[in-house]
Amino acid sequence: MTSDAHTGTGRPADALRGDDETSTAPKKKGGGAVGGVANWMDERTGGAKGIRYLMNKVFPDHWSFMLGEVAMYSLIILLITGTFLTFWYVPSMGETIYHGSYTPLQGQQMSEAYKSTVDISMDVRGGLLIRQIHHWAALLFLVAIMLHMFRVFFTGAFRKPREINWVIGVLLFMLAMVEGFAGYSLPDDLLSGTGIRAAQGFMLSIPVIGSYVAYFVFGGAFPGSEIIPRLFTVHVLLLPAIIMGLFAAHMILLIVHKHTQFPGPGRSDHNVVGFKLMPVYTAKAGGFFFIVFGITALISGLVTINPIWMYGPYEPTMVTAGAQPDWYMGFADGALRLSPGWWEFTLLGHTFSLNVMIGAILLIPVIFTALGVYPFLEAWITGDKREHHLLDRPRNAPTRTAIGMGFIAFYFVLFVASGNDIMAITLHLSINDITHVMQASIFILPPLVFWITKRLCMSLQRSDRDLVLHGKESGRLIRTAEGRFFEAHTPLSEHDRWRLVSYETHRPIAAPTEADSNGVGRRQIAKDKMRARLSHFYFNDRIEAITPAELAAAHHDGQAFESIESAEDGDRLEIDSDEFDHHMHGGAEELSSGHAYSHPQDQEPS
Amino acid sequence: MTTSFTGPERHDHSEHQPEPGDHGRQGSDLINLGDGHHEGSGALPERFENPGLPEHVHRLGDDDPAAAKRSERQVASLFGVSMLATLLFVISYIVVGKGEIVTLPLIGATKALHVALGVTLGISLLCIGLGAVHWAKTLMSDTEVVEERHTLRSPDEDREGTVKILTDSAESTQLTRRPLIKYSLGGALGLFVVPLGLQLVGSLGPLPHDNLGVTLWDRKLNGKGRRLMRDPENTPIRLSDVTLGSVFHVLPEGIDDVQNPQDAKVKAAVLLVSMQESDIKNAKEASWGIQGVVAYSKICTHVGCPVGLYEHTTHHLLCPCHQSTFDMTNDCEVIFGPAKRRLPQLKISVNDAGYLVADQGFQEPVGPSFWERA
Ligand code: HEM
Ligand code: FES
Repeated sequence: MTSDAHTGTGRPADALRGDDETSTAPKKKGGGAVGGVANWMDERTGGAKGIRYLMNKVFPDHWSFMLGEVAMYSLIILLITGTFLTFWYVPSMGETIYHGSYTPLQGQQMSEAYKSTVDISMDVRGGLLIRQIHHWAALLFLVAIMLHMFRVFFTGAFRKPREINWVIGVLLFMLAMVEGFAGYSLPDDLLSGTGIRAAQGFMLSIPVIGSYVAYFVFGGAFPGSEIIPRLFTVHVLLLPAIIMGLFAAHMILLIVHKHTQFPGPGRSDHNVVGFKLMPVYTAKAGGFFFIVFGITALISGLVTINPIWMYGPYEPTMVTAGAQPDWYMGFADGALRLSPGWWEFTLLGHTFSLNVMIGAILLIPVIFTALGVYPFLEAWITGDKREHHLLDRPRNAPTRTAIGMGFIAFYFVLFVASGNDIMAITLHLSINDITHVMQASIFILPPLVFWITKRLCMSLQRSDRDLVLHGKESGRLIRTAEGRFFEAHTPLSEHDRWRLVSYETHRPIAAPTEADSNGVGRRQIAKDKMRARLSHFYFNDRIEAITPAELAAAHHDGQAFESIESAEDGDRLEIDSDEFDHHMHGGAEELSSGHAYSHPQDQEPS
Repeated sequence: MTTSFTGPERHDHSEHQPEPGDHGRQGSDLINLGDGHHEGSGALPERFENPGLPEHVHRLGDDDPAAAKRSERQVASLFGVSMLATLLFVISYIVVGKGEIVTLPLIGATKALHVALGVTLGISLLCIGLGAVHWAKTLMSDTEVVEERHTLRSPDEDREGTVKILTDSAESTQLTRRPLIKYSLGGALGLFVVPLGLQLVGSLGPLPHDNLGVTLWDRKLNGKGRRLMRDPENTPIRLSDVTLGSVFHVLPEGIDDVQNPQDAKVKAAVLLVSMQESDIKNAKEASWGIQGVVAYSKICTHVGCPVGLYEHTTHHLLCPCHQSTFDMTNDCEVIFGPAKRRLPQLKISVNDAGYLVADQGFQEPVGPSFWERA
């Protein structure tokens, strides 16, 4: 890292072309008022060095990089609007009688928390808008985090050196969910009260300490008078502080690592191609903040969310039909709905409430742990210890992409299951049938989606290879001497081709042989075997990028031309291989399991 | 500055040290994943070479001052619209009445003030954003810049220096040589969180004791069983009031006089249902009720939602939270859903004055399962 500090003054190459070196640090004296202030500050803080470094940072441009920005901006919107709300919201479960301007609730007994939320919605000018922006931003925040995570996953951006940031991101996602649940509970309306009620039931299901946990969290029996004030502290102080800390760490690491970029001509693992923070990126990103905020405000003004005045205050003996949590908690709710009752049993005089515990207590930590360890698992399997700054196109990592899609399928089934009652009503189906189908889907769908995705990725890779070998169809017909027709293909330009041929493919590592295992402990052998098996699972089916030799061979065989009839036959690859003897030489290959290559480059002696 | 690489270079990067002018090029452009497959290719490189950045294509506005001028006006108009919307926000805030309602297409009747504020704020923010992005896209430099990366690993000198400081410190504190200090320090540091943790956890709440197992029905009122009261009317119920097919929401008599009525309601809520006596398949159920009138806990045995939906024809009770379904004709056994246990039954009788009373409380804990209940 010290080298970075030195290069602040004389970076070897900030620009490919000489004509865009414009930024200069404010000079001593001169530069008008800005220069004066900057000089004053710099002489007291020495900040110019760091600021210059930051402003010169280069950010690559890709639409998917905006997902993380959306998350960041919604977080800022949440901080602003949440702070506003604290000025009117009263975090108390003390009972009062409503006398505000909303007539349907006149004279009703309710908690102060509920009353103040109704007041914010009805009597504070613009209060409803702030509440609505806060809630919509919360929903958007979680959507953005999740999509951002998918982007990082499917492009392999979590690989070395970014594993720590991946783990921080996973933590942020989990905390954001909890934060959202805490906030959702604060109005103490009938809907959210039912949610807290269920949460107490979840706690009770924990073996051994369940009832203690519940009584400590609630300060006694449910509902008591403590839970809302406590959730308030959690929601406005504890979790925001932790989230902001992790968020800051996330950003610092981002700056240290610099952005990843998609592969392309001129881009490599050793550079970043994009726009400097000042001015282009600042203008775009700053502008984008206002766009996100503006859209959130528009939606909030037009589409009502969580109209708590319609639900009424929380009353433990009442419940609304179709009780549903906010979307990001849906999957856990769905898991509860799919768990069969027989998972609960008694043993040795104690109740094991697994029908509740698995979905409500274990699922979230298990999923997030699995997410958190994935980068380390993949790195172990590949043995790849290099730094990666170029992203993978998802198709070029078929097994990883397929695992991700399988996981999404799993999540999706749970999410859909949380609407089984709504589906039953709208589709006029039996809720029993729907639930049974979902119970089966949770086991069938993820492997199926895995398999389909992997095949799909590989056929995309195959068509990439075809494109490199045969070029683009030019639409120009050529007649041969024997009277057959060919369509001339224009070869790809060097730049277009690079996008398709620059990726790398791992090969499965060989299982340890007897000779290898001499003098190695049993545990180590078992580990090596496991690793070899996983590596086989990941990389046995693979399609490698075209090499110059393959391209040359293909051209030599005359494959720049292609028979039209055979192209119409659909599976070009197979037909070609009949027609041109050497085709397979240049075509896709799916290597059989016999080909276990070790790749010493990637395995550091350990 | 090189933009294209001259073929694969190989070096074992574990031995590779960053040198000035070398930015740690180990990796991307080589793929030594096993050789032997592409043999015989003569002088051809093993991998394609990175062709470098493509030619920069100029935008319309870069060469055409008129186009640039147009962009300038567009950006300025967007900023202008934003100011206008802000002004409208202020006016709406002052002028529009709290109770005024507007009817909008698609959206229906909504509060006029809320919509006005939301839309004007939205437009004012959105236009700032769109203006800035348009400005960046059309007028600011769009030539891509290349920044070099450096390996994150510190130079060996720094790494060794760090380790040395640590070992030197261990040495000068004599920590390694004086295990007594080492272990006692570890113990003290390990224990210092105990007071803080104890204070917090210990004071958060009372112990549950048997609280989860008792309800207000267990506590006699003036030595007698509590009457069943309609919720929320709080009136006692005669057997004759419960006509065939009725469903009553019930709470115990005197619930508003206890210290925390909400806490008591959560456990004591009951559903009172009247069925044809012949529909009841379970002998205990019939004997704990009177003439087909039976009382069951309303709190779902899954995670505790009030069981809210009753199907008259089948006598099924459905919980709206996760759809557990209980069969009231068969002692509220679970016939569908994630709940495992039946809803507990409350034994009822008629007192001297003809009102329904509960002589005893529930014979098992109500609501969600917990470790100690068994
Ligand atoms: C990660 C960030 C946050 C998320 C996901 C989040 C989410 C939520 C949600 C969903 C609600 C319910 C809104 C409703 O009534 O419909 C809420 C309420 C509330 N939030 Fe937040 N929030 C966040 C940060 C904050 C912060 C930083 C503060 C204050 C400093 C705050 C203060 C409040 C207050 C006072 C309420 C209750 C008032 C009301 O419900 O209208 N929130 N939050
Ligand atoms: S609480 Fe009744 S089914 Fe879950």
